Amino acid sequence: MVAQNIVFGILAFVMVAAAFRLVTTQNVVRAALFLAIVLAGAAGLYILLAAEFVAWVQVLVYIGAVVVLLLFGVMLTRAPIGRDADLDNDQRLLGALVALFLLGAMGAVLLDAFGGQKVGTFAIRRSGEVGDSIFGDFLVPFELASILLLSALVGAVALARRD
Amino acid sequence: MLDNAWLIPLIPAVSFFIILLFGKRLPKKGAEVGIAALLASFALSVLVALDWIGEHVPRHAVHKHTTWFELGGIDFGAGIHVDGLTVMMLVVVTFISLLVHVYSTGYLHGDRRYTYFFAALSLFTAAMLLLVVSDNTLQLLIGWELVGLCSFMLIGHWWEEGVNSGAAIKAFITTRTGDVGLMTGIILLFFAAGRSFDIQHLNHEALTGAIGHGTLLVGASLLFLGVMGKSAQFPLHVWLPDAMAGPTPVSALIHAATMVVAGVYLIARLYGVFFAGFSIEAGGVNLVAIIGAITVIIAALLAFVQDDVKKVLAYSTVSQLGYMVMALGVGAWTAAVFHLFTHAFFKALLFLGSGSLIHAVHSNNMSEMGGLRKFMPTTFWTFMVGSVALAGIFPLAGFWSKDEILLGAAENGFPLMLVVGLAGAFMTAAYMTRACYLIFAGEYRGHGHPHESPPSMAWPLRILAVPAVLAGLLNAPGILLFNGWVEFEVEGVEHFLHHHDFNPGLAAASLAIAVLGIAAASAYYFRGALNGLSDRLPFLKVGHRVLVHKYYLDDLFLAIVRGIQYPIARAAYWVNQNILDGVVNGVGKGAQRTANVVYDVIDQRVIDGAVNGAGLSAEEGGSILRHLQTGRVQQYAALLFGAVAVLAIGLVAFT
Amino acid sequence: MYLNQFLLLAAVLFCLGVYGVLARRNAVLVLMSIELMLNAVNINLIAFGAFRDNVIGQVFSLFVITIAAAEVGVGLAIVLLIFRNRADIDLDELDLMKG
Repeated sequence: MVAQNIVFGILAFVMVAAAFRLVTTQNVVRAALFLAIVLAGAAGLYILLAAEFVAWVQVLVYIGAVVVLLLFGVMLTRAPIGRDADLDNDQRLLGALVALFLLGAMGAVLLDAFGGQKVGTFAIRRSGEVGDSIFGDFLVPFELASILLLSALVGAVALARRD
Repeated sequence: MLDNAWLIPLIPAVSFFIILLFGKRLPKKGAEVGIAALLASFALSVLVALDWIGEHVPRHAVHKHTTWFELGGIDFGAGIHVDGLTVMMLVVVTFISLLVHVYSTGYLHGDRRYTYFFAALSLFTAAMLLLVVSDNTLQLLIGWELVGLCSFMLIGHWWEEGVNSGAAIKAFITTRTGDVGLMTGIILLFFAAGRSFDIQHLNHEALTGAIGHGTLLVGASLLFLGVMGKSAQFPLHVWLPDAMAGPTPVSALIHAATMVVAGVYLIARLYGVFFAGFSIEAGGVNLVAIIGAITVIIAALLAFVQDDVKKVLAYSTVSQLGYMVMALGVGAWTAAVFHLFTHAFFKALLFLGSGSLIHAVHSNNMSEMGGLRKFMPTTFWTFMVGSVALAGIFPLAGFWSKDEILLGAAENGFPLMLVVGLAGAFMTAAYMTRACYLIFAGEYRGHGHPHESPPSMAWPLRILAVPAVLAGLLNAPGILLFNGWVEFEVEGVEHFLHHHDFNPGLAAASLAIAVLGIAAASAYYFRGALNGLSDRLPFLKVGHRVLVHKYYLDDLFLAIVRGIQYPIARAAYWVNQNILDGVVNGVGKGAQRTANVVYDVIDQRVIDGAVNGAGLSAEEGGSILRHLQTGRVQQYAALLFGAVAVLAIGLVAFT
Repeated sequence: MYLNQFLLLAAVLFCLGVYGVLARRNAVLVLMSIELMLNAVNINLIAFGAFRDNVIGQVFSLFVITIAAAEVGVGLAIVLLIFRNRADIDLDELDLMKG
């Protein structure tokens, strides 16, 4: 248990730090790299919680595909690769206030609701079990998700193509 | 070799992908791949057949099954079940398909989508073979639907003409209508047989009475819906003549070996379900026999009024399929399967022959043919062989199989079906005589100079003529090989199908009736006797018109669709005009009077004041609030998140 | 391990994401911040799945990942379209809806 807590502490620290830099850095490419760090940290958390299949999906889909896609977005929109002092708008203060307020609200609610509850023992879920669940109880949502992906694909092509 | 029968559908499937991916770059545009694949499949089928024949009696069906995946304890798998019926179908399908492939190289020479055509042919054959070898209903359904899809692709091969694509869509939708029943039936039987798709298990459960009779009847009826669609049984036969829009080799393949016999095969394969479900043993009438009988008669009648040579053959096919279905309905299982076997050869021969004619004349219409005997001797002789075999003249193929069907109907207690069968035999002989007369006799009425087809088309005709003559002898009295080779067997159930000995009297009668049909048609066409009969007799004139309009079935189907739509629309219109308008008008008048009073007192003073006041305050408020709408998404988002946080706190605090 | 340590970490990441969405001008950065928020949600789902000792949390997080992928695809297409039409992806300039 101690080892897990230490790992959690390290991961949490790295993730929060990277996330903080992600939203404050003045360099778009670096922001994407910080995002990759946060996502990798999340994958680590999943492994800590014995969700290995989700962890690998996270690595493959998020870090492998989404971050690369975002980098392409940076490239194609010709955002400056180097420093750019002008990445923030003039409502930083408002944003920070709202975010802090939200954090306070959520933290209070969470502490109130789950204070002291421990994550007890949990079984390691093999990929097969996840698959059974998806193709059993969640077959309809799964099919819906596939339709959503298809329509997103069609929509993205329709939006982005030059005609 | 029996164990490895799964290779037979696999080879054309692989060939499909090869043709699709590399076909255009190959020297013969992919045709050679298809022909080689079919040659291999045919060779394997023959090996399988020899193995099967060589086995010790009683032969045991080979059953292999692998589980693809399991879900909720149900086995979804793929497997093969090889018994006499499967072996026979494998040989027939691969043989006909091989010849069609060869023939197509000549017929579609220089076609725009030549490669595509061969790819589709390969897939079509693969799908049919998959259907034939499958050991469970689910796999069978997959093959069944693939066959339907390929037929759609092939019928619509020349889709640039609206008629062709329309025909393809019609074929697809009509068969799909039946497939709904098929799918429901498969699901129903799946649950009825204790969650199993296994065909042998289904037959076993049905025959041993493990499934209740009511369930079985419903299940069998639903399956039969699918058969009616696929095998073009009345009233879902309407798609088949239109399907002639496809290239002629496709017609031969669809009508002889694949697609339409899939329905007959389904009944034969699941015969336990049909036999027990429709109480065929009891005799009298049942749905299968009745539908088959109706189809025999109406399709044969329609064949008389067609001008398009392919449509004559199409209706003839429908009629012969009716024979098979009827035979299954009267319990003559072997006869039906045997007729399927012989019919495949002579009908393929006839279709390929008609393709050769069309190739020469550049028209489908018999009114533009005539006198072709001189120009196309090979086609003439082979076509005549096919016609005589179809008409059921001794000792060609059709005679033996048709005779067995009639025998089954007579001996199993279906006198009505016997009469229908004999009438059908008469009409078959007569309309084929008519077709032969119009095509080959007299003077040439078309344009240009017809010529014999190239060897790639003539040779398949010659080859097919051999089984068209000889295939029937397999089950001739004294030989009777086919009966032993192809039997309906369910493990653990005793033989319940009776085989009847050859009846010379009945055979002579059917032969006499067929000859009579030829004689009558000859008298009408060759001698010109009875000419103008339909003009003189009003009864015949009406009959003729009904036939030309195909019993108005197409119109009926359209009318049904409209019939559902129109009354609703008209009723809605009536309600709208009479009731709603009345209410509205009445209310309107009453309101008008009240309004006049109200207008002066309330409206002018109270309301106007309020309205003007509201307008003014809205304008004032708007001009203040519009500063909030900055058009900047992120400000909205900030408000949104802040508000959500406030609401969440409120929710927690007050509950 | 306490359940709350995961939930609070997720809350912190979520709020950082909110800040990013609110305070960034560059549309691509806003998309990245949205990804951050979605990930916080995923952490919650997995944590609850472990807490309840069932597999449903993982299934739902897979769905969220699917949806996130679709969202990035469509979002980037929109960003590209904006860029093509305006040669800029500054969200501050996109105020055609100003009242």
